Amino acid sequence: MNQIPEIFRVIPVNNFVILAVVLFSIGILGVLTRRNAIIIFMSVELMLNAVNLLFVTFSSYKSDPAGQVFVFFIMAIAAAEVAVGLAIIVMIYRRIRSTDVSLLNNLKG
Amino acid sequence: MEQLLSLIPVFPLVGFLINGLGFRKIPKGVAGLIGVAASGLSFLVAIWLLIQYLQGGQQLISVSLWEWITGPSWKIDFSFAADQLTFCMLMVVTGVGFLIHIFSFGYMHEDEGFGKFFAFLNLFLFSMLVLVLGANLLMTFIGWEGVGLCSFLLIGFWNKNEAYNEAAKKAFVMNRIGDLGFLLGIFLILFRFSTVQYTEIVTALSSVQALNDPYLVWAGICFFIGAMGKSAQLPLFTWLPDAMAGPTPVSALIHAATMVTSGIYLVIRMNALYSSIPMVQEFILWIGLATAIIGALVGTSQNDIKKVLAYSTVSQLGFMFVALGVGAYTAALFHVITHAFFKALLFLGAGSVIHGLHEEQDIRKMGGLKKLLPLTYGVFLVANLAIAGVPPFSGFFSKDEILAHTFAGNKIAWVLLTITAGITAFYMFRLFFLVFFNEYRGNLAKEKIHDAPFSMAMPLVVLAILSIAGGFIGLPEVFHMPHILHEFLKPVLMPTEKLASLHPELHHAISHSDEWLVMGVSVVVSLIGIGVAYSMYLSKKMVPDFEPATNPLIKLTNGKFFFDEIYNVIIVKPLTLIANIFSVLVDLLMINLFVEGLGIFTRFAGSSLKSTQAGRVSGYAFLMVCSILLFALLFIFKTI
Repeated sequence: MNQIPEIFRVIPVNNFVILAVVLFSIGILGVLTRRNAIIIFMSVELMLNAVNLLFVTFSSYKSDPAGQVFVFFIMAIAAAEVAVGLAIIVMIYRRIRSTDVSLLNNLKG
Repeated sequence: MEQLLSLIPVFPLVGFLINGLGFRKIPKGVAGLIGVAASGLSFLVAIWLLIQYLQGGQQLISVSLWEWITGPSWKIDFSFAADQLTFCMLMVVTGVGFLIHIFSFGYMHEDEGFGKFFAFLNLFLFSMLVLVLGANLLMTFIGWEGVGLCSFLLIGFWNKNEAYNEAAKKAFVMNRIGDLGFLLGIFLILFRFSTVQYTEIVTALSSVQALNDPYLVWAGICFFIGAMGKSAQLPLFTWLPDAMAGPTPVSALIHAATMVTSGIYLVIRMNALYSSIPMVQEFILWIGLATAIIGALVGTSQNDIKKVLAYSTVSQLGFMFVALGVGAYTAALFHVITHAFFKALLFLGAGSVIHGLHEEQDIRKMGGLKKLLPLTYGVFLVANLAIAGVPPFSGFFSKDEILAHTFAGNKIAWVLLTITAGITAFYMFRLFFLVFFNEYRGNLAKEKIHDAPFSMAMPLVVLAILSIAGGFIGLPEVFHMPHILHEFLKPVLMPTEKLASLHPELHHAISHSDEWLVMGVSVVVSLIGIGVAYSMYLSKKMVPDFEPATNPLIKLTNGKFFFDEIYNVIIVKPLTLIANIFSVLVDLLMINLFVEGLGIFTRFAGSSLKSTQAGRVSGYAFLMVCSILLFALLFIFKTI
């Protein structure tokens, strides 16, 4: 059994988890309620980072580096995803002169 | 030499492909030339092969193109083979086929579907050649189906006429019944012997008692049912008279000379089987006899020139089956050959008359054509004498041989058959006198009536010569001359001969005095038939009435013994009724309801779920989050 790092005596692990959950929920709410594509996009990033935070927390709590490896991967992929996502948004903007997602209903049945 | 054998059917196939694929673009003359050349080349190759065959000591020529079907303990090759029987048929099919192709060139020249016609005719020739060249039952079956198809296509050649289409369909359906019999026969043979190769079947049959083997007895019956359909025997003969809807060269080639004799070919091919099951032979004898009589009787009161010839064909096919029934395979094949000559000649002659009279087929509107169509008159006379059995025309020898064997085999059958031969002479000369003698009864200007052009006249003359001389390949024993055909066919009929030597009580020897008697009687009966026709239609100048007959006997024969009406009542009507019931009960109520129900359900589901696909991104996201939450909750509660 590994030793639990010192920091968790000062700040209990619950606080980290709660912070992550709060960040994630803010992200979800942002995605659900906002109509601006860029803000939705930022919310998605927020959700991603909430998950990253959880990963890092438990990684150091368990003294297991695997979680941190995952975080690196997620960050790398998120960077790529941001590039693609922003490109899409730019294209949408060029096309309809707006970033309002509620206008994107061309596939409506 | 083997490769040449597979070349014979290839020529018509190529001709069919060229004309069939390009009949709209190829000009008439070229299309006709391709068709004629295809059949001519086949004929030449066949002759060349026959010469080689005779010089090479009559060794079976066989060629296997590829392995076709392989089973656990058997295999079927796509193979051709030629023995003596095949060569006889080959000569008839390619020879008469070639002549009829030439005739068609002149006859069909005005027709818009000229190229199509030659394409079909070549396809028919190809199928017929596969039929006779096939080295196993299945190959023969391919040809068998092929000729059936071509028969259908050519009967309905003028497909703008609804009645002709009906006739084509009738021929096809009737033939299907027979084909089923043939197919079942093949299965039985395959099941019993694990082979369908003719040579192997003959070997296998020599070591079994077919009589005690229900498989083989039923195989024999099934093959005969197949022959019944194809060769228009009772009760499946009604399609043949209707088949006259096709162009006349088609009637000559398919429905007189070649296709309808394939049933006889099949029975001769399986003679090893039939000779060892006498009760099936007996059955064949009576079916053939009944067909011969009914065909002849109906022929006496038909007024359409082609219908008379059609019933005459039915009747003559009956003669051939009688010969098969008494085990006289040579006589049957002999009659096939001579019949091919004189019946093709009769049909082509009729075609020439119809052509000359601008599509008039009713003999009541003919008469006096002797002067107007002298060539046709001459060849028709030859063919008539041949079919009536007047010596020394070809029909006399073949018919006499059948009668002699029937006399030895079954006296009652002989009496009936001799009377039928007399009726044959009567109705053929009735036709002849009505068409060519007395005054012209039609309403065409005499200048418009023209005799056959060269392309039509040439085949007529050649066939007339063959009708005169064809009989000399099989002279009766009493003349002390070799029966060429019989000598030639001996190897094919070996199993039958062997059986006959094993059971001498089944073998009918004919004494010379009997043969003279039979010959004399048949000639006298023929002359009586001709005489009656002469007195009725030439001396008294009788012409059949246009009004429906009142005499019940004539009503019966003119109405074709009401076979069509009877079939209509006992088969067609009930089938239509059942079909109607099923169309309402199963089709409308069950299948339609089910299928429509599916459609209605799908539409309902679609319209009610449509609102969820509103195109709102946040809506989708909300649903997604909800679903993930739901699954997360499920997962959590499940682990607890």
